Amino acid sequence: MVEKFDAIVIGAGPSGNAATYTLAKQGLKVLQLERGEYPGAKNVQGGILYAHELEKIIPDFRDDCPTERHIIEQRIWLLGDDNYIGTNYRSEAYNTDAPNRYTIIRANIDKWFSEKIRAIGGLQICETTVTELIRDASGKVIGVRTDREGGEILADVVIMADGVNALLAKRTGFQKEAAPENVALAVKEILFIDPELIQQRFGIKDDEGVVIEIMGKVTKGMVGTAFLYTNKESLTIGIGCLISDFKKGECPPYKMLEDLKNHPVIKPLIEGAEMKEYCAHMIPEGGFKAIPQLYGDGWMVVGDAAHFNNAAHREGSNLAMASGRMAAETVIELKAAGKDFGAGNLATYKKKLDESFVIKDLKKYRELPGIMHSNKQFFGAYPDEITQAAHNWFTVDSVDKRTKEKDILKAFVKRRSVFGLVGDAIKLVRAMR
Amino acid sequence: MNMMVKIEEKLYQNRYIVDENRPHIRIKDEAHCAACTSKACTVCCPAGCYSTNEAGGVTLATDGCLECGTCRVICQDSGNIEWDYPRGGYGISYKFG
Repeated sequence: MVEKFDAIVIGAGPSGNAATYTLAKQGLKVLQLERGEYPGAKNVQGGILYAHELEKIIPDFRDDCPTERHIIEQRIWLLGDDNYIGTNYRSEAYNTDAPNRYTIIRANIDKWFSEKIRAIGGLQICETTVTELIRDASGKVIGVRTDREGGEILADVVIMADGVNALLAKRTGFQKEAAPENVALAVKEILFIDPELIQQRFGIKDDEGVVIEIMGKVTKGMVGTAFLYTNKESLTIGIGCLISDFKKGECPPYKMLEDLKNHPVIKPLIEGAEMKEYCAHMIPEGGFKAIPQLYGDGWMVVGDAAHFNNAAHREGSNLAMASGRMAAETVIELKAAGKDFGAGNLATYKKKLDESFVIKDLKKYRELPGIMHSNKQFFGAYPDEITQAAHNWFTVDSVDKRTKEKDILKAFVKRRSVFGLVGDAIKLVRAMR
Repeated sequence: MNMMVKIEEKLYQNRYIVDENRPHIRIKDEAHCAACTSKACTVCCPAGCYSTNEAGGVTLATDGCLECGTCRVICQDSGNIEWDYPRGGYGISYKFG
């Protein structure tokens, strides 16, 4: 006999874990399927954990969650060829009992989350790839087929948390393949190093952490960003650009990462560290306009598979956890009310999302992806001109300051023209408002 | 600065559980690759799985694949890449991710 569950969750990342935990906590019969050898085996994140969303699901997560460092300083750097200009925000107020952001090593978090799920009775099976959704004559999703023998499993509702590739939704015709300008490819490495060196180089103590978000010449004019994060005994460094830009074939992603590691500003920070793993992953970057259909008869899609990523603020895992939780809450409410899981009732999931920061934030920045994609000057000309302006301004060479101001302005006008500069300012405002 | 980057040295650090003789990605029509002028897959793949061969076509070796999906996205218009997840438990197994 084929086994039947209240809900099947596909994938053991932040969205799938949030959904499974929330369902199991309310005593629903839930099955979570993960294709990796263990939870986290297929998952890649920068990574920063935003505490607030996890706290909503597991209030006392700080008791045993294996975080790395709590972030007390955020740096944002614009890199030129051999220089950088940047802004830092550091606050002692971040040294609290309940920090807001932590650096993490993703596999550790996923394993921990899975243990929490099992502890409250959630059933999780790894090493199982879902090959297709099972649908009845009316098209309603009623279960999944897996690559295990006799691998058919039925459920009232299926929550797809299978990540950015979202193969199941695409194969079933619920989603189209992502356009190359709507996804980024990011590569990263984890570099192990003496914690004392981390503390010295970044000016921190104990479990304090620093994160650096990077833009500029390192992406070679492509639309993209880079990062360097401090973990307890390691650093993670990565870089990502839109696939539509990589597609032009000018630079392999690993070469771009190597050039970042050798940048004169970055190199001294990572010197002597030992590389232990190299990862690659796609990131949904299309924002609000790229969000696919989120629910239908017997199914919902959450997390990266639903394109929930706020590129402007580098938030993804919190949107993932929020969407997983809201999908689960929808199931719990419908079940309690004795209602079916047809599209009409599952629309509640979208309503919850619309009312939350998930959709509100993505909507706010809806013009950003398109504007960035078609205005490469933000990633080429401006990093050049801004760092050169800083170089000129801070070099003391007996040139009077008014002449320096004029030279800097002239350089910008030469590169972008007056209309270009005004246009760019308008575009930035449109992208951010 | 302008050194050659050996992707093999990076991949060497990773843990893979290889599903022998069952590649999860397949080039459907080799002639299409031979005629492709950009061969973007040979540059974009972060694991260097795609390389140009002597016959002017593209050779795919999936053993180092990181399962990112980039090749499928860049080659979607042709539909020449058949892209599946590996069987459960196989493929890249990130220790840190």
